[in-house]
Amino acid sequence: MDAGRRAVLKSGGGMTLLALVGAAGWLESEDASAQSWNKAAFDTHNLPDTMRALGGTEAARSGDIIFFQTPDIAENGAVVPVGITSSLPRTESIAILIEKNPNMLAAVFDLPAGTEPTVSTRVKMAQTSNVYALVKADGRYYVASKEIKVTLGGCGG
Amino acid sequence: MADPMKIRALLTGDTTEVKVLMNHEMETGQRKNAQGETIPAWFIQSVNVTWNGKTVLSAQWGPAVAKNPFVSFKFKGGAKGDKVSITWLDNRGDTRTDEAVIA
Repeated sequence: MDAGRRAVLKSGGGMTLLALVGAAGWLESEDASAQSWNKAAFDTHNLPDTMRALGGTEAARSGDIIFFQTPDIAENGAVVPVGITSSLPRTESIAILIEKNPNMLAAVFDLPAGTEPTVSTRVKMAQTSNVYALVKADGRYYVASKEIKVTLGGCGG
Repeated sequence: MADPMKIRALLTGDTTEVKVLMNHEMETGQRKNAQGETIPAWFIQSVNVTWNGKTVLSAQWGPAVAKNPFVSFKFKGGAKGDKVSITWLDNRGDTRTDEAVIA
């Protein structure tokens, strides 16, 4: 077997393929959403850019999105618990955005009908920052934010 | 091959709560090693959870999700003994699928 060719395929093939399918976006492809990764959205650095990359235009502030099990002060930025629940009807997805991280978007959760509009996870935060919960409900976007103070950053440095 | 996930699926009333703890480095690509070289990013990009073959949660992640990621969510339906299957795929093309029985 040609060892050089193997190595190239192994190192480069996966990334290129992911980059290509990622460009197709996640809103259009229901079934393929698990496989395609929206690289454009994960490369953004501010809220309007992230909105555009996710296929939206602008988000309305909403009091129906609530952070739970989320600290005001995180001692360790490497592990910050974030829980988001939305009481907006027909919530389709919940995204977590961290304003002052190198890349703003942390995670997008797609919620099919039947799944409750509540997710909780743990994220990394480079420094004290606003955290946005971006919720897509009934085709429109809503946002809520919360400041989390970080006493020890989670992104090396 | 990565270590298995820890999955707990618990039925309360008509709602199943799923909690999962995955084993993954989730390297950000921002850190440097002792020689000052950047450690390449290595993180889970997509997660898919199915119950009886129906997707109940799909997620896309960036490197900002914490090391050894934890997720919990709830879905309507489920019965004791049903299987919940979780698959992740990382940016190196590694993938892992684990199953749990709803209790």
